[in-house]
Amino acid sequence: MTAAPTPGQTVGPFFGYALPFDGDSELVPLGRPDAVRLTGRVLDGAGEGVPDAIIELWQLAPDGSVPRAEGSFQRDGYTFTGWGRASTDRTGRYSFTTLRPGGPAPYFGLTIFARGLLHRLFTRAYLPGAAPAGLRSLDAEADDRGFVFDIRLQGEGETVFLSYTHDAVPL
Amino acid sequence: MTETQGDISAEIEAISKEYDASGTVEHGVRLDYPPYRSSILRHPTKAPFQLDPEELELWAPVFGQRDVDPLEADLTIQHRGEPVGERMTVTGRVTDGEGRPVRHQLVEIWQANAGGRYIHQRDQHPAPLDPNFTGMGRCLTDGDGTYRFTTIKPGPYPWRNHQNAWRPAHIHFSLFGTEFTQRLITQMYFPGDPLFALDPIYQAIVDPAARDRLVATYDHDLTTPEWATGYRWDIVLTGSHRTPVEGDVE
Repeated sequence: MTAAPTPGQTVGPFFGYALPFDGDSELVPLGRPDAVRLTGRVLDGAGEGVPDAIIELWQLAPDGSVPRAEGSFQRDGYTFTGWGRASTDRTGRYSFTTLRPGGPAPYFGLTIFARGLLHRLFTRAYLPGAAPAGLRSLDAEADDRGFVFDIRLQGEGETVFLSYTHDAVPL
Repeated sequence: MTETQGDISAEIEAISKEYDASGTVEHGVRLDYPPYRSSILRHPTKAPFQLDPEELELWAPVFGQRDVDPLEADLTIQHRGEPVGERMTVTGRVTDGEGRPVRHQLVEIWQANAGGRYIHQRDQHPAPLDPNFTGMGRCLTDGDGTYRFTTIKPGPYPWRNHQNAWRPAHIHFSLFGTEFTQRLITQMYFPGDPLFALDPIYQAIVDPAARDRLVATYDHDLTTPEWATGYRWDIVLTGSHRTPVEGDVE
């Protein structure tokens, strides 16, 4: 028997003292030679930056394996846990320091939370050119430090958000 | 901000009537719920793109003893003195839709103090801060999927959705499943709160049975004599179709 899921609620405006932690957005230390940056802005339906969003990243290691190591809250500089968290700044910008994901069509898995957003959103930021047909709009752009991927919650150029077919109960 | 509670309540009621007449059942929260004013420019207008999860999304990040100190589950011992308010135990199980426990996984909570004030800089309403209460805790579920926190009961607080808007008392919960797709942030409420009917965030779950799933149960068996009251709240995550394999944390 399938039990009914617990509904979501907004992360609200006051997560700033609870969810962020030291090194949250630095999956690897700044300055590591193979470090890349994933950055972008979260924008609302009026094109304004969303200053109270928090983005989580989950990705494969460069060799294509799924990270199974603990230690995200206590970064030791060597362990790659594949997971991080970045709050947006006053202009709606988020930024991660990480490694290039591996795999056949490499992407960063992203979860978006914000005040005013009643339930989390999922999307993928593919490495440039890696997105399959039908999801081309989810290709990140390259810049000199890594990749740029804006998240538009609403309106023109609205980001394609994802739901997974195995969710037994539609939400 | 000239809209009154009456205006907002009328909108809530109209949506509720429309839902009742639709004959459908919605299990989750609506993203597009205009009575919650901040959602108006922040909800997607297109339906999500459905796809099969890749291998990455069939796994969740791992948190362990290295990440979380067991003392972080007690929000009443983070300062030199005792926080003001009703001390309570909050516990329950995290399972997936098939009833399988989510074992050894991270649970994070945050909340206002007994006076309804968050320590967050942006909460400036004139209720006192409590020097002995931060209002943030973490724990890992045990081998049965059970989490357990000691904290104090948060107060309701005013916000600026409309004139004289008050949020029902709640604790924010952040949950990870065994798969990326199960990620959930939500809020736990307390039974019988008179603010439920007035609150556009709680009412954004239009189905009454689904709303009830966010309300904890008072459980006298969880109380500690002359020390703490007790509330139970179980959490069910969606999905999880990966066949468990050897190497999964037991």
